Amino acid sequence: MSKLLEVKDLKVSFNTYNGEVQAVRGVTFDLNKGETLAIVGESGSGKSVTSMALMQLLPKPHGYVKSGEILFEGEDIVKKSTRDMQKIRGKDISMVFQDPMSSLNPTMKIGNQIMEGLIKHQNMNRTNARKKAVELLELVGIPHPETRLNQYPHQFSGGMRQRVVVAIALACNPKILIADEPTTALDVTIQAQILELMKDIQKETDSAIIFITHDLGVVANVADRVAVMYAGKIVEIGTTDDIFYNAKHPYTWGLLGSMPTLDSDEEELFAIPGSPPDLLNPPKGDAFAPRNEFALEIDTVMEPPMFKVSDTHYAATWLLHEDAPKIEPPESVQRRMQGFSNTGSKDGEK
Amino acid sequence: MFRYILRRILYMAVTLFIIATVSFFLMKMLPGSPLKAEDKLSEEQREIVLEKYGLNDPVPVQYVRYIGGLVKGDLGISFTFDNTPVTKILMDRIGPSAQLGAQALLIGTFLGILLGLIAAISHNGALDYTSTILAVLGTSIPSFVFAGLLQRYLAVEWELFPVALWGTFEHTILPTVALMIFPMATAARFTRTEMIEVMGSNFITTARAKGVSEYGIIFKHGLRNALIPLVTVMGPMAVSLMTGTLVIEKIFAVPGIGEQFVTSVMVNDYPTIMGTTLLFAFLFVLIILVIDLLYVLIDPRIRLTGGES
Repeated sequence: MSKLLEVKDLKVSFNTYNGEVQAVRGVTFDLNKGETLAIVGESGSGKSVTSMALMQLLPKPHGYVKSGEILFEGEDIVKKSTRDMQKIRGKDISMVFQDPMSSLNPTMKIGNQIMEGLIKHQNMNRTNARKKAVELLELVGIPHPETRLNQYPHQFSGGMRQRVVVAIALACNPKILIADEPTTALDVTIQAQILELMKDIQKETDSAIIFITHDLGVVANVADRVAVMYAGKIVEIGTTDDIFYNAKHPYTWGLLGSMPTLDSDEEELFAIPGSPPDLLNPPKGDAFAPRNEFALEIDTVMEPPMFKVSDTHYAATWLLHEDAPKIEPPESVQRRMQGFSNTGSKDGEK
Repeated sequence: MFRYILRRILYMAVTLFIIATVSFFLMKMLPGSPLKAEDKLSEEQREIVLEKYGLNDPVPVQYVRYIGGLVKGDLGISFTFDNTPVTKILMDRIGPSAQLGAQALLIGTFLGILLGLIAAISHNGALDYTSTILAVLGTSIPSFVFAGLLQRYLAVEWELFPVALWGTFEHTILPTVALMIFPMATAARFTRTEMIEVMGSNFITTARAKGVSEYGIIFKHGLRNALIPLVTVMGPMAVSLMTGTLVIEKIFAVPGIGEQFVTSVMVNDYPTIMGTTLLFAFLFVLIILVIDLLYVLIDPRIRLTGGES
């Protein structure tokens, strides 16, 4: 598998009246062709900001890439001009947004919104673009595409709108599809449909997907690999199996423990105590330490590096240091991880 | 759609009837009488004149007679120009007023949108502040002040344009400029605010993520959505233009309806006052209807009740 995208020590900051908010504080990951990487974290962990940085769509002039590289097919996106980025956006990298209710232009017909990218990136004339738009609407499962093309967003339900947003994102067969919490605003049955749709489409088009979510349940279903973000950093990254059966970072334990499951009858839902740190003044040492019941003294002094667990699995916690006390995840989390591996991997996928 | 318009026209008629009634009685409360130099007329002469114009009858009788004429499209005979029907006076004078109003509204709105757009794009930049200051000045200084300044400098001192009067297109320039300041400033303010808000909305990010150029973002996605609220303020703006013409026409001695209106109020020329008021009222309700129809054109989310589903 070749590397499609390499993000190296990416730092993104926002200038505010109170000072510099360090939303992303050194994120490194890569993305292979055709794979699905999930970025998981709570609100404010920097996952959406990371995705906006990949598109170079950070809100100007406050948001900016402070340092680091985003190599797309070997070329650094951060250094590209606006004009060059316009050629990449929608063609090579495209994006599905969180809120389908507001992410479509209310005064433009659906058809035109889909055709816009086709006409721009693939030099299609209107007739061909229209044909392609009909195909796309069929692909995302919208009935009567011919008539639907001439309708406006307010004539679609939320789930249907999200399908349209997916169709727009897929229009030019992007190499990377960034889905920023695409199902958060939808109800559960529609969520499942949209996820199914994205999986199907990935099989057909071989796009790589970066799936941003705070919902671990969704992750288990769609992702090949998972990156867990906390306070602007990736604290653990590994294959979905690594994360669900063999999590090493206490924060990941917390996330797994706080995930409601159907068979979690006996135990109460676990909540991670405290709240995320203020990224205006990021703490010295491990940002998660104040909320971590297993925190070591060194956590308040020095940031943990990424420790290698296996070839695919890394985690940033001092607990993995050879001198650290051997600590096992809390019993409830252990039972969870046990439970996940018993029910078989990922709902029969693979 | 057709049925909707039909119904709206019916409402318009009702509105106009109410306006006619209210202004008729209000007008009757004006002090003074239409007779000029009253003290020089003998009691007998005055009786004859009042009798001739039906002003001796009780006010309700006069009212019924007036409305009766109105229904037949008869606005009565002016007191000041002997035997000239008010309809003819208005017809003769509507040309200059309509020309000034339309020029000021169209040019003013267009320039205003442009100014607001520039301000929004250079949000918090020097251009933004310049255009905001211009907009505040334009909305807060009354048009007759501009009219005076324009006359003083452009016409009297530099002799670029005629000071006043009517005739060639050049005569229309100064009054148009004086009139258009207000719509321009209003449009600029609204366009700026709306545009800044629209440019921050999610669908603009979607468009950016599609790779749409900045030009396409601003004009295809941004401006159209920003213009919807502007249409709402266009109505009152057009109306304030109409009232604005009253003073401007007087200052520039334009033979328009406004100038006529001011004169007729001063001499208590009842039929002309009524005719002009009704004409303004008619234009007002017409503008409101046009704006409601415009809404449907620019905002697909708005449907007219009574139209097809």
